[in-house]
Amino acid sequence: MLVVALVSFSLFNFVGDPINNMVGEETSDEEREELRESLGLNDGVYVQFSRFIVNASKGEFGISYQLRRPVSDLIIERLPATIELVIISALIALISGTLLGVYTSINRKGLLSDIILAVSLLGVSLPTFVIGILFIYLFAVILGVLPSFGRGEVVDLGFWSTGFLTISGLKAIILPSVTLSLFQMTYIIRLVRAEMMEILQTDYIKFARARGINEKSIYYKHALKNGLIPVITIAGINIGTLIAFSIITETVFQWPGMGFLFIQAVQFVDIPIMSAYLVFIAFVFVMINFIVDILYYFIDPRIRVKGDKIIG
Amino acid sequence: MDNKFQNTWERIKESDVYFSFIKSPTAIISSVILFIIFFCSFFIEFLSPYDPFDPSTLSLMEAFTPPSWTEEGVAKFILGTDGQGRDMLSTILYGSRISLIVGFSAIIFSLVLGVFLGLTSGYFGGKYEMIVMRLTDVQLTVPSILMALLVDGIARGIISRELHDEMAIYVLIFAIGISEWPQFARVSRAATLVEKNKDYVSASTIIGVSNILIMFKHILPNIMRPVLVIGTIGLALAIIAESTLSFLGVGVPPTTPSLGTLIRLGNDFLFSGEWWITFFPAIFLVILAFSINLLGDWMRDTLNPKLN
Amino acid sequence: MSFLKISNLSVDYKMRRETVNAAKNVNIEVSKGEILGLVGESGSGKSTVGNAIINLIDEPGKVSNGTIFLGDINVHKDPENIVNYRGNKIGLIFQDPQTSLNPIFTIGEQLIETIQTHLNLKLEEAKNKAIGLLKEVGIKDAEVRFNNYPHQFSGGMRQRVVISLALCCEPELLIADEPTTALDVSIQSQILDLIKRLTKERNLAVILITHDMGVISETTDRVAVMKNGDLVEIGPTKKILTNPKEIYTKSLVSSVPPTNKKIDRFIIIEKENKKQSETNIKILNRWTKKEIINQYLVQVKHLSKTFNDSFFTESSKNSVMAVDDISFKIKEGQSFGLVGESGSGKSTIAKMIVNLFRPSKGDIFFDNVCITKIKSNKEMMKFRKQIQMIFQDPYSSLNGRLKVKDIVAEPIKLHNPSISLKDLNSYINDLLESVELTQQSADRYPHEFSGGQRQRISIARALATQPRLLICDEPTSALDVSIQAQILNLLKDLQEQLNLTILFISHDLPVVRQMCDRIAVLKNGKLCEVSKTEELFKNPSHEYTKELLRLMPKIESIYNL
Repeated sequence: MLVVALVSFSLFNFVGDPINNMVGEETSDEEREELRESLGLNDGVYVQFSRFIVNASKGEFGISYQLRRPVSDLIIERLPATIELVIISALIALISGTLLGVYTSINRKGLLSDIILAVSLLGVSLPTFVIGILFIYLFAVILGVLPSFGRGEVVDLGFWSTGFLTISGLKAIILPSVTLSLFQMTYIIRLVRAEMMEILQTDYIKFARARGINEKSIYYKHALKNGLIPVITIAGINIGTLIAFSIITETVFQWPGMGFLFIQAVQFVDIPIMSAYLVFIAFVFVMINFIVDILYYFIDPRIRVKGDKIIG
Repeated sequence: MDNKFQNTWERIKESDVYFSFIKSPTAIISSVILFIIFFCSFFIEFLSPYDPFDPSTLSLMEAFTPPSWTEEGVAKFILGTDGQGRDMLSTILYGSRISLIVGFSAIIFSLVLGVFLGLTSGYFGGKYEMIVMRLTDVQLTVPSILMALLVDGIARGIISRELHDEMAIYVLIFAIGISEWPQFARVSRAATLVEKNKDYVSASTIIGVSNILIMFKHILPNIMRPVLVIGTIGLALAIIAESTLSFLGVGVPPTTPSLGTLIRLGNDFLFSGEWWITFFPAIFLVILAFSINLLGDWMRDTLNPKLN
Repeated sequence: MSFLKISNLSVDYKMRRETVNAAKNVNIEVSKGEILGLVGESGSGKSTVGNAIINLIDEPGKVSNGTIFLGDINVHKDPENIVNYRGNKIGLIFQDPQTSLNPIFTIGEQLIETIQTHLNLKLEEAKNKAIGLLKEVGIKDAEVRFNNYPHQFSGGMRQRVVISLALCCEPELLIADEPTTALDVSIQSQILDLIKRLTKERNLAVILITHDMGVISETTDRVAVMKNGDLVEIGPTKKILTNPKEIYTKSLVSSVPPTNKKIDRFIIIEKENKKQSETNIKILNRWTKKEIINQYLVQVKHLSKTFNDSFFTESSKNSVMAVDDISFKIKEGQSFGLVGESGSGKSTIAKMIVNLFRPSKGDIFFDNVCITKIKSNKEMMKFRKQIQMIFQDPYSSLNGRLKVKDIVAEPIKLHNPSISLKDLNSYINDLLESVELTQQSADRYPHEFSGGQRQRISIARALATQPRLLICDEPTSALDVSIQAQILNLLKDLQEQLNLTILFISHDLPVVRQMCDRIAVLKNGKLCEVSKTEELFKNPSHEYTKELLRLMPKIESIYNL
């Protein structure tokens, strides 16, 4: 976390001259100096860094160079849109990815499995933005059944604005979330399948067969529970990746989330937004890792009862 | 010398890899497609009657010509033209060359960097290994596309805008390459750890072979299989990453468009009905990535001893 | 009336180029209360027969012919039905207890699941039965251990759990596939005793698959010998071992190192290499033969090694003492044996002598120079040349990417960079010939050779630097017994003619008896005793040595029945 803070601070500090980016060519040197002073850019590096940390922990990242508004306001405004999108996509990717992965690993020779696998390979080869464009063209331009951009009507709950409560909001989220989840879903299918197939070849599965345990129990109890352990890790990384890829989806669908904000910031070298986004992402990742570790503890007894001595 | 070559060929023909290759139609088809794409992209100057980047040959009158098989199509532009009257097929092939160059350079860059760090850290261990692995952990949690975006963002900050357009392709190679290396480092480190504990490495040490020689002569050839599999799949990812960045407008500039840039430019015309401008580059990109992935998938199945 | 009746069983593996017949027309009968040993070397098809009985053959194998009757039931009549017999009528035990149990379920859950699959019992009844079973196989505090996970058991205890799982639904036939190969001698005898006891108590029919003639001789009533899928010979154990009819069985029996006496050379009946060796060692003329002066070549003084590896810190804070204050001396030209079970520190000592590990305490003297204190690379190279090592695993000890000639050439070129190409090639040929490999071998890759041949390549590589001390770390424990005999003979020949000093490391007492002049016995990193070989076997002084000698499976025990 601190590492990320340092990186985003150095971004803030050493990358170009923010003043140049903020003001026009015609600004005089005095005016520049004044602005510099007011932004605290003339203080020592350590002072600036500690101020950055303090402010960051309070959720303040300064003022956007480009939009001239406090970054924290911008983030809070955009946050709900991104989170709703990512959660829906993660659910789609995880649930359908795991189910299809298990299905293809158990029915290895079936026609349906072959189709799922071929489609999943195609899915890995389809860049997210291409999927998005195809969807827009198909559902919005040709069929005209779903909206191609925006969030639809949102309901403001004070601190949170949600699109879940209106029909247009729900309609609007279908295309972006499916687009976003598709790549991850295919990835999970392949991972689960590889993992399951490896487990099905282990000695303990063979021994379970030799004891006459029925196939259903072998697949869904013995193999699946072992197979899900790495899936948890992947699910963690998966959510992180979804957030990153939401940048693309949000751009394609002009979804008013943080990714859209970020990509504009990159194009205009709007450092405060970039560094705030980075800190936000780092925070999410740390949280996800933490949750994954806890889940591991509950699922894998080898970690849970490690302290016990081997007896006998 | 001829004899030696023949022997090598005989060995290849005898090998399991060759056998499974000729038994796998998908592997053959995808490599044929890839060969055609590579060939056409790199020799496009000699194959295409048009040079899309020579303004004197372009005519705005010919802009937005639909593909040749549609009613308004013209036979000389098979896939139609874009908003500036450029022949789509030629533009796509020029674009795919840029995509391929960026993809290959990026993947080679990250392969060399990752394998070097993975091999040395796995072999020497200790604090050095810990630092390298921490680095990969940190970087693996940051998705590659985000990493590439950041690198590009920083580069924009450091390099002036005019220079940036010129440097764009190198920045892009570096950005994608730097975001992919942890994969290689991890795989090669894991493989190195396995190989390091094998007795042939101990035997070499006892004979007195130096560390460097052990690493690069003995271990490196033995860890290349998984690295190559990752490399092939990584190539597809790198090409997709390149086009994604270009699509987002932070990649290759429109003056020398890559596939992603073409799709972005075409995307603006999607709603007005000129679907072919964005559709063909997109399909071409998908075919390219799909073929590489098919080949990579086949390689993984063939080279993975566990599943055999 | 026999209980299990296998008639004309054939199993085929359809491979890429040909179909391999893993079992060909095998006929075996087993009665209740009887242990049948199924013995053979690797690739003989013994495990295939075991797996075929309950139709658990790995793809692409298939039972192509034959019937299997269990009492009156034709087991293979309806392939779908075989599931009902698995566990219920037939129990199976695998070789490696570490991987046979599902790591994320407690052993209780696995027992209850198996019991409830076959027997119509309520949860409480099943639990009681499971605990009773655990007690029966000798697990203390069964009520508590019932809720433990597999990783909380040691190897021997896990194998007991595996046995309880195999027996929990009261099968009438038990198939044990190398049940003790992964275990130490002392635990092996406990597990074998357990199987013998259960056979009597439950009137089981048992098939014991093993490669170990000692185990066969001590455990089984009848034995079936297999080779390349064929059943060579079957009959009462005593008759087969003392008076074998078939030439293959004869060679198998004669290759087994006797536990009660030292023999000069093993009698080789069937040779792996067709070419008969004339005991002419070609590298002799290149060898600067040392006069045997009666001095110590190796002196190990108060050697200790502690691993406080980061790998172990999570499970135990205390560091592991792998080698604890060990001293011994080896005279030039002698062969010295290091014996111990797994974890005794024997390999660690070897690795310290060749300087792969640095000792934590103590010194090693080679030719009166302390080699543990050497800092400079150049100095070290002098000793690298004189000390060479052969490893246990013939598959991992050769780099598969190099041709045999490059493998052998590497040490030569390293220690004699100015050697001419012609000289180098003739040296390589001499070396290969000395280990009884053909000259054509030089241009081939390791994977084209069998385990025994690879071990010969390893020996050639080790000899290339003309060492004075050769360390052999379990050089034959991965090999079949007939190949082992050939390799041991070769080592003896080489030692005699080249005056090599050998440090021979093994867990296998009979092998050590054949190979060594003096023996050191190790346990948990500590030295138990050092004495002359014959003395050690006749009059062991340390308790642990006595126990090892008592528990070691003896092929000769059959004569005393």
